[in-house]
Amino acid sequence: MKIKVIINNQNMELDVAYDEFLADTLRRYGFLSVKKGCDTGSCGLCTVWVDDKPVLSCATLSVRINGKKITTIEGVQKEAKEFAEYLVNEGAEQCGFCSPGFIMTVLAMKRELQNPTVEEITHYLTGNLCRCTGYMGQLRAVKKYLGVV
Amino acid sequence: MYRVYGAAKGCQKILGGSVKMRVINKAIPKIDGIDIATGKAVYTDDLSSNNALVIKILRSPHAFARIKSINTERAQEVPGVECILTYKDVPGVRFTLAGQSYPEPSPYDRLILDEYVRYVGDEVAIIAAVDEKTALKALKLVEVEYEVFEPVLDFEEAEGHPSIVHTEDDIHLNMDIGMNREKNIASSYKLEIGDVDSELAESDIIVEKTYYTQAQAHAMMETYRAFSYLDHNGRLTIVSSTQIPFHVRGIVARALQIPQSKVRVIKPRIGGGFGGKQTASVEIFPALVTLKTGKPAKIIYDRKETFSSTTSRHAMRITVKLGADKEGNIKAIDMQALSDTGAYGEHAPTVFSVAGHKTLPLYNKAQAVRYMGNVVYTNKMPAGALRGYGVTQGTFALESAINELAAELNMDPVVIREKNIIKEGETNPILEGSKDGNPAALESCALESCIKKGKELIRWHEKYPRKVISDTKVRGVGMAITMQGSGIGGIDTASAVIKLNNDGFYTLLLGSTDMGTGSDTILAQIAAEVLDTTMDRIIIHAADTDISPYDTGSYASSTAYVTGNAVIKAAEDMRKKIVGSGAKLLGLSEKEVEFDGEFIKNINGKQKLSLNELAQRLISGEGKNQLIGMGTFGGETSPPPFVAGFAEVEVDKETGKIDLINYVAVVDCGTVINPNLARIQAEGGLVQGIGLAMYEDVQYSERGKMNSNTFMQYKIPCRKDIGKITVSFESSYEPTGPFGAKSIGEVVINTPAPAIANAVYNAVGVNVRKLPITPEKVLKGIMELISE
Repeated sequence: MKIKVIINNQNMELDVAYDEFLADTLRRYGFLSVKKGCDTGSCGLCTVWVDDKPVLSCATLSVRINGKKITTIEGVQKEAKEFAEYLVNEGAEQCGFCSPGFIMTVLAMKRELQNPTVEEITHYLTGNLCRCTGYMGQLRAVKKYLGVV
Repeated sequence: MYRVYGAAKGCQKILGGSVKMRVINKAIPKIDGIDIATGKAVYTDDLSSNNALVIKILRSPHAFARIKSINTERAQEVPGVECILTYKDVPGVRFTLAGQSYPEPSPYDRLILDEYVRYVGDEVAIIAAVDEKTALKALKLVEVEYEVFEPVLDFEEAEGHPSIVHTEDDIHLNMDIGMNREKNIASSYKLEIGDVDSELAESDIIVEKTYYTQAQAHAMMETYRAFSYLDHNGRLTIVSSTQIPFHVRGIVARALQIPQSKVRVIKPRIGGGFGGKQTASVEIFPALVTLKTGKPAKIIYDRKETFSSTTSRHAMRITVKLGADKEGNIKAIDMQALSDTGAYGEHAPTVFSVAGHKTLPLYNKAQAVRYMGNVVYTNKMPAGALRGYGVTQGTFALESAINELAAELNMDPVVIREKNIIKEGETNPILEGSKDGNPAALESCALESCIKKGKELIRWHEKYPRKVISDTKVRGVGMAITMQGSGIGGIDTASAVIKLNNDGFYTLLLGSTDMGTGSDTILAQIAAEVLDTTMDRIIIHAADTDISPYDTGSYASSTAYVTGNAVIKAAEDMRKKIVGSGAKLLGLSEKEVEFDGEFIKNINGKQKLSLNELAQRLISGEGKNQLIGMGTFGGETSPPPFVAGFAEVEVDKETGKIDLINYVAVVDCGTVINPNLARIQAEGGLVQGIGLAMYEDVQYSERGKMNSNTFMQYKIPCRKDIGKITVSFESSYEPTGPFGAKSIGEVVINTPAPAIANAVYNAVGVNVRKLPITPEKVLKGIMELISE
């Protein structure tokens, strides 16, 4: 079936199957930053924004986003790069497979939380798994990026 | 002036003195960092063709069975199905999926598809269709009739079990690995130095305990995947997320019975490996489909397949018997081990032997040591390589036993280590590179200072053994030490090639595989240091078996050390050639010129030639001599890195709940080539070790089905599970290492399990000897103590 959406500020008409998940649709239409890691909504790799809120695109049926606005990391490259530099400067960018989803969550957190504490940051990001870094370097990068002492 | 690089003794003094490193030991940002962080399409599936056939695998629902009949007719009729392959369609030559140098010690005990299925999830049929839905639809229509056998599920009952996992008589062994197939023994091994029994008999104190480590999952974020196609010359090209492109070429060629010259393997960016991608779990399937159909094909394992149809860490049982005198001097160590390799023997003999080889040298004061036992086949998912590769298992057992010996002697666990550990310059006959009667020497070791520093950082003197926080909560500290290796001595090799391009920049061609570690970056740093240039002038290419120089691959903690040394040799070769060609163009002798990275010039600097100009003139009709530097390295030894790990836990005495409060690890990886990347390697390895210690539990049903096959059931640590982690470096200088470096990738995973177990003991007096250390086990232990 056809759905109308805005992806990264572009109006698009997508042809989707009734049982297709957004992560698969987005990859099929060339938004290859979107990664899948688990099939159970556990890892956070597939995080994109729907109407500016982070959602798990692997657990969102594509038909449900009809009429909505979707943002992938391709649509926020400048901001993503700004944070990625903090990440890379900590050495905390390892295999990179979890990064697009992680960064989309960090950028959403920046919009949502005012002067967060370390506990609030950890809580907000806890659904984004990473097997490489051990999280500490990511936290150092986020703290520097947000100016949290 | 000629500088001394890397593998020359005496470098330490030069490093500490006049020669200042420009690029080495600097926190250079990872060269691919920004691109992979911001979602550029660089991984296997990002590059695959939209027209590729999609492959799905029909898997065995039984732990052990024979396929009596298999009917694919109805499935074949589904529109869009391209081919369905069963055991009748594959070559009958056995092979191993283990990525090891030929001749592999792993037994050749599997076929692509076999009449017998040996675990729940074993492959029964390969289905290739135009899309995933069609493939899945066809998969459900394949009719299989099985003759079901009693499976071997408990590895402690495998030896001599009435069921024999491998009844076939065509298993091929490249060497004697002590296989006794009829008894389900894949491999057996014995190492003994001195007379263990008589040393034990003469010891004042004996501690004997049995420890169990579980079949940890790698849980890399990018699941297993590969795609394949025929190129314009009809050659099979495989693009795979692999740590071992050259081994994949060999494995695929053997499995499909085609020459290696007909196979090309390309590795794009890898979304994590941890040893899992040192086994060629998926590449053969698309390769076979492409050969049969002539069409591109791809396979992507979902998370369930990744958990339950690939490989895991070998689960092990290790009984440690320690003999010591009353002062805590260790006289004898006896380790009796049993390892579960599951249905197939990938990495079975080597993981087993390494568990002793890379633990026992830590305590070289012991007069006699022994490590022996069997690796058994069971009807469970095969085990394979996983970061730590047996050392993790051996370290949990030996370090826990040492801690229990310290408790028995009423001695601080730090003190017993100080009395017994190996020190720099000492020898040990088990260290790699030892010859009969000529034990290898430990050329670099800062373990003592690692322990000292760790003690300070965790504030051991204030916290040991415990602090009562409230009526119900108590905190304890514990510690453990470990070593690993740096590549496999006498076996691992790497070559590196450097081209000087016409604009004065270099291309560094490598066969190693940066799976996120940052190895491409540190290898570029090494090249830049030797060539006196900047990082932006070194382009890295890795890996493509048609183009890259040979490298065994990134495993066994080899890349910084083995490939790093090859890069030094290649870069030195390039320097020599630059000086030679430059001198010639300047009309001077080689002795009269020097190269500063930008210019080739004579001593007073009056006659000079820029590198750009040199490169330009060399590729032109005038020079006719593009410069290519080349180096191959293989280590005779495997210099061990060391870690001292310290844990602080808080235990709730009413519930057994354990919170990890602090973890301190002090690492000796020799010279730290890139402090930021090394720190993240350490932090990541520690958290994976914390997962092994506290959370990651593999559960099978009574009939042998793995239940823990998603992240819902198999818990890897999240941000809230790990407390505060502190990493510090105490660098020794390894004379055979590139700029003094040793490895770091694996050693960092080993200490959390024994150190956390020790901290729990020091908090509440409970020794958990079976991983993971869960609240249930701790509470059970507390209740037993109360009832005593």
